[in-house]
Amino acid sequence: MGGKLFRNFSFFSATLSFFLLVGIFAILFHYAQESMHTFGFDFLWTEKWEPGEDDEGGIFGGYIPMVGTLLSTIIAMVLATPLAMGIAIFLTEIASVNVAKPVSIAIELLAAIPSIIYGMWGLFYFAPIVQATFGGNGVGLLTAGIVLAIMIIPFMAAITRDSMNTTPSVLKESAYAMGATKFEVIKDVIMPYSKGGIIGSIILALGRALGETMAVAFLIGSVMHLPSKITDPTTSIPVLLANNFAEAEDLEMSSMYFLALILFVVSFIIISLAKFYFLGRKVN
Amino acid sequence: MAKDNLVMELKDFSFTYAGAPKPSLRNINLPIEENMITAMIGPSGCGKSTLLRAMNRIHDLYPGNTYEGKINLYREDGIKENILELKKENDFIKLRQEVGMIFQKPTPFPMSIFDNVAYGLRLSGIKKKSELEGRVEKALKGAAIWDETKDRLNESALGMSGGQQQRLCIARAVALKPRVLLFDEPTSALDPISTGAIEELIAELKQEVSVVIVTHNMQQASRLSDYTAFMYLGDLAEFDKTDKIFLNPKEKLTEDYITGRFG
Repeated sequence: MGGKLFRNFSFFSATLSFFLLVGIFAILFHYAQESMHTFGFDFLWTEKWEPGEDDEGGIFGGYIPMVGTLLSTIIAMVLATPLAMGIAIFLTEIASVNVAKPVSIAIELLAAIPSIIYGMWGLFYFAPIVQATFGGNGVGLLTAGIVLAIMIIPFMAAITRDSMNTTPSVLKESAYAMGATKFEVIKDVIMPYSKGGIIGSIILALGRALGETMAVAFLIGSVMHLPSKITDPTTSIPVLLANNFAEAEDLEMSSMYFLALILFVVSFIIISLAKFYFLGRKVN
Repeated sequence: MAKDNLVMELKDFSFTYAGAPKPSLRNINLPIEENMITAMIGPSGCGKSTLLRAMNRIHDLYPGNTYEGKINLYREDGIKENILELKKENDFIKLRQEVGMIFQKPTPFPMSIFDNVAYGLRLSGIKKKSELEGRVEKALKGAAIWDETKDRLNESALGMSGGQQQRLCIARAVALKPRVLLFDEPTSALDPISTGAIEELIAELKQEVSVVIVTHNMQQASRLSDYTAFMYLGDLAEFDKTDKIFLNPKEKLTEDYITGRFG
């Protein structure tokens, strides 16, 4: 009796997540219909986001927020990946236990800071520094990208470190026993051995950077403007959605669902890739 | 024993692990003869692996361990060098290329079969492809694994069986033309057939290289080795020719261990 109940309950819980996934996709798809019918694939290339008179009709396109999302994410990844790898290598192979432990804890705590705090810190403290160094308005792609990088570094570093820690010490020893230096052991044994985890951490961080809303909303400028330089303000998909939801109606609302659908599909593909990498590692 | 036959020699060697209150090895005096197989036996925790791992100073990967006494390595030109005095990374690299090591579990690197064997050669500065190919082939033949691998040199070494992987690791070590090879229970993770193949290989290797092997398997020690060292609780309890140790040991302790009264 109890066993059956438990079985049914766990079956229900397990299938619920699947139905949620499908359900969210279906809802996004359904509400995006109006915009999809009106704009079709042109939506992807249109640079305008202009509601019509009296909220009737208008022209909406996802090009600028898509470009903004993509560029801020690329900036973040380019900055974060080498730094996170460096941190992970330092923690696993170079630092003594006395140093590695507190640094590890600090990194895990950094990952726990809510994103709005990064946003506020970025806007009031960091943006003026970027402005003084690189010019521009302070807010813009570069500021958003750098703060995004800071947000995903702990995440990437922690996963990469865990993955590097799984390298069997006897494998490292046998490389040293062949006369390898520490650098050669890291490059030839540890990196290839933990490749799956490293790629997985990069892809998970990428998914997080793509969907980050709060911090980017503070820092990217939130203007419908195609950036021509790295310090230009622009907008991103989650930021545009968060800023416009309150007033949007009809076609604009539908277009926002369309944008959300695009983000959903892209994130879904990225997380699936990460999963395949993690699963692939287990098979090996 | 004449000195000119020795390849290594431990003198009053003691070893203490980082943070340990007492030394794990005490006053070990052990000669390692050239082109002979020296076996180290003894119950778990007696320090035989610790001793082996001192002989290429792999202990130094972890900080805080202390050595006392001497471990002399006789170079080909007859000059002896106390390897406990080495300090620089380059000296360790040179030492480890002269004194190779095979571990309990096969440890193929995550790369192709060819690259596994070429790895140490590349580290030692050999870049020319023809020379690499020649030496890889020679090493694989030397480890009696050439026939099984010659058609799949570019495949990942991780796809081989455990016994093949262990022979690959031996080939990898042999490729560097070491003077001494240290085996740390090389067959403890293998099935009897693979074990037989490895033992045969080790017996052949002594033409080229001096072998020190740590083993839990008494039959293996008696089959393979020329000399046997019996270790007990961090001391070298008895060292002699293998026949002597197994047929007519001096110490009561040795006899008890060999006949299976403890261990």
